[in-house]
Amino acid sequence: MDHLDQLEAQSVFILREAYRKLKPLAMLWSLGKDSNVMVWLARKAFMGRVPFPVMHVDTEKKFPEMYAFRDEYTKKWNLDLLLGHCPPVEEMDPTLPPAARSAARKTAGLASMIEKNKLQGVIAGIRRDEQGTRAKERVFSPRGASHKWDIRNQPPEFWDQYATPHEEGMHIRVHPLLSWREIDIWRYIERENIPLVDLYFAKNGKRYRSLGDSDITFPVESNASTVAEVIAELETTKTSERAGRAMDHESEDAFERLRVAGYL
Amino acid sequence: MSDTLSAARLDPADREALLDTATPIVIVGHVDHGKSTLIGRLLYDTDNLQDGKVQQIIESSKKRGLAVEWSFLLDSLQIERDQGVTVDSTRIPFRLGNRQFVIVDAPGHRQFLRNMITGAADAEAAVLVVDANEGAQEQTRRHAMLLRLIGIRHIIVLLNKADLLGFDEQKIRAVEKSVTDLLAQLDLTPSLFVPASARDGDNIASRSERSPWYTGPILTEALAAVPSGNTRAALPFRMPVQDVYRYDDVRYVAGRIERGVIREGDTVEIGTQGSKARVAKVARWHAADNKEAEAGESIALVLEPDVIPARGDMLFLPHQAPEKTARIRAHLFWLRQEPLRVGESFRLRLSTAEHQVTVASIDSVLRLDDLTEQQAQEVGPEGFAHVTLVAGEAIQFDQFSPGTSDGRGVLVDRNQRIVGGAPLLGPADLKDGHAIHPSAGEVDGAQRARSKGHKARVVWLTGLSGAGKSTIARLAEKKLFARGIDAFVLDGDTLRMGLCSDLGFTEADRHENVRRAAEVAKILTQAGQVVIVALISPLVADRALARKIIGEEFDEVFVDTSLATCEQRDSKGLYKAARDGKIENFTGISAPYEAPTKADLHIKADGTTAEENADALVTHILNVI
Repeated sequence: MDHLDQLEAQSVFILREAYRKLKPLAMLWSLGKDSNVMVWLARKAFMGRVPFPVMHVDTEKKFPEMYAFRDEYTKKWNLDLLLGHCPPVEEMDPTLPPAARSAARKTAGLASMIEKNKLQGVIAGIRRDEQGTRAKERVFSPRGASHKWDIRNQPPEFWDQYATPHEEGMHIRVHPLLSWREIDIWRYIERENIPLVDLYFAKNGKRYRSLGDSDITFPVESNASTVAEVIAELETTKTSERAGRAMDHESEDAFERLRVAGYL
Repeated sequence: MSDTLSAARLDPADREALLDTATPIVIVGHVDHGKSTLIGRLLYDTDNLQDGKVQQIIESSKKRGLAVEWSFLLDSLQIERDQGVTVDSTRIPFRLGNRQFVIVDAPGHRQFLRNMITGAADAEAAVLVVDANEGAQEQTRRHAMLLRLIGIRHIIVLLNKADLLGFDEQKIRAVEKSVTDLLAQLDLTPSLFVPASARDGDNIASRSERSPWYTGPILTEALAAVPSGNTRAALPFRMPVQDVYRYDDVRYVAGRIERGVIREGDTVEIGTQGSKARVAKVARWHAADNKEAEAGESIALVLEPDVIPARGDMLFLPHQAPEKTARIRAHLFWLRQEPLRVGESFRLRLSTAEHQVTVASIDSVLRLDDLTEQQAQEVGPEGFAHVTLVAGEAIQFDQFSPGTSDGRGVLVDRNQRIVGGAPLLGPADLKDGHAIHPSAGEVDGAQRARSKGHKARVVWLTGLSGAGKSTIARLAEKKLFARGIDAFVLDGDTLRMGLCSDLGFTEADRHENVRRAAEVAKILTQAGQVVIVALISPLVADRALARKIIGEEFDEVFVDTSLATCEQRDSKGLYKAARDGKIENFTGISAPYEAPTKADLHIKADGTTAEENADALVTHILNVI
């Protein structure tokens, strides 16, 4: 087994654990590269099917290309799509910096979807190598009734034994991509030929490396216009992946505050 | 910014490294011995930091008016920065030459042991950071023990802050010796000691000029020499069933192969039931067709006939069965805040299987101060112990073995919270009672005797079937009870209806029947009772066992009725059935009865009444209690 085979096998194992132990279960589908890989891995785990709903928490500020992609692949992949809506930015914590405050809308939208669908499990495509606080995550990360991430009191997780909900109102965030690196994602996309939104590929010397809301996400300088070229670029870059995500850089704890409150 | 396409392409070795599976390395050690600093330094010196991160660290350090603080890199959580400690394990991808690693940083604070396990459990090797000035501390010992219990055998000891000893060879060798001795007590042999200063970068990624006497590998060389994971494909096949799906009228048995290889056409045995099926298909989605699968792969099997295994059932090849037992010896690392006591029940998770188990005994507890095994009534928080677990059904498992997923038992409580790790060591011998230390009661036998007004005793009535044992016992029980004596009859038929309903009448089963009766009688005496056991117990050896189990408070009573009389009475019609050959192994007819030669009381029951015999028994009992 090569490196990608091992990552794939581990993610499939995690998805099957989640499907067996957490009901009802849903997968977050942000339409980005990681969440497309995640949908693909679910199809690997369940013989071509995704046996639970996929959720798109719509900030209504995504790029038009992303909405088109969503509609196309919901049909092609036979997905059970749940759409969630986000409250207006005015209702968000005013002490957060502007971009983080905007991103907090998604947290609130997600929270209401979890409550409405009484979800026990939410599969999310975060990776350890994206950001410091994400590196501290568990594969099965319990969230209390308020959806808060209690980083100081995380359960032990070892030998493939994962936490399950034990209190009313709790849910588990499941992270099947936690061990993947950005370059693994791209190599897997290349190997499996997984479709992506065009925004990831360079036009006029710029491309998006990470996709969020259109008003707080910025392209990076790049000439990589194919998957192979993106991989070649990543092999030598030292710029961090989320450099183009404004909310990560406003103040050093903004992103952590978002995550503690339930952001992905 | 990336102008990659114009930059030089990667050389083949670099590409290989990127394609490689990372080797996980855990970094452990006592708080403030310099783990986080080491990692920050290592990443920087080996050019493994992303530009943005270095910038952030430098800015953070400046903001606080500090020199560049390498540990800030990892302590990326605000709360950690404020406290200056690492609260949870972090994994950092890291590259050395053409090899990829993942560094797991584990915290040194006592209460965060569970975070360390979370990070360390999958590591291939460990770097144990020891402050050369302070030497091994409590957490050094604790972490080292944990490395052993989670199965990490490759250990590099980094003697950090060696600059505080002026890199003096003699002083550093002395520290090395003391740490070696300590690890030897835990059956751990470090592969290497590296004298270093993480803060200054000595012997981390470049050879220090301050320790010319040290010619061994520096840390990066030592890491590069760590063996990569062993191959589990060569071991006998194991696949614990994870789930069973049915899609388009095909049943898929899903799971991950933990070791070995499976091929279409192989016959597998399923769980403890012994049923077998043929592998009709190794199923995958969107993958090249491959009729076999090996350790590590998550696959689905289509079986013929279309059996429905349960989650947790182990699939294996028929002649390669795992261990199977209901009593298991296990090591234990205890993670709950409240101590563990004998008699507590948990769910034992073993890959995808779950079993209800009870802690039958705490066989020993490790004392961290001197690393000796002690007898103890409980296992404290973050303690290490040997325990015996007992399940209601047979559990299939392979003995814990580093580098495999074998025997990785995990205990969870009623709320599904993980409370301990239990590497399974092997079956516990049923007769090996000497290592069991049940908790001692607060009320002793003398107190009970004072309260009841009499001592406890077992009188064990042996004799042929139909000799009148139960009749005499019941009469005596009634007479004793009338005198205020707490007497109770345990008779063979009652035991066989419940406790011993799984036993037949072979010699082995009869022996076990006697053993259980004796154990129950013993417990009843501990409760202060006078127990009258009425059991054929035909063999001298069995009665000797009963006497051994019960101890001094035991009397053997021979209810001596001749075979002719018994056969003539034949109140249950058993003798006739035995003579007709309808009952096998019937005592006195087709199985031996070995009469006692030195009974404490010999009741000659031919020609006497049950009433008279009961009086004789009562008189005897009154003399001994």
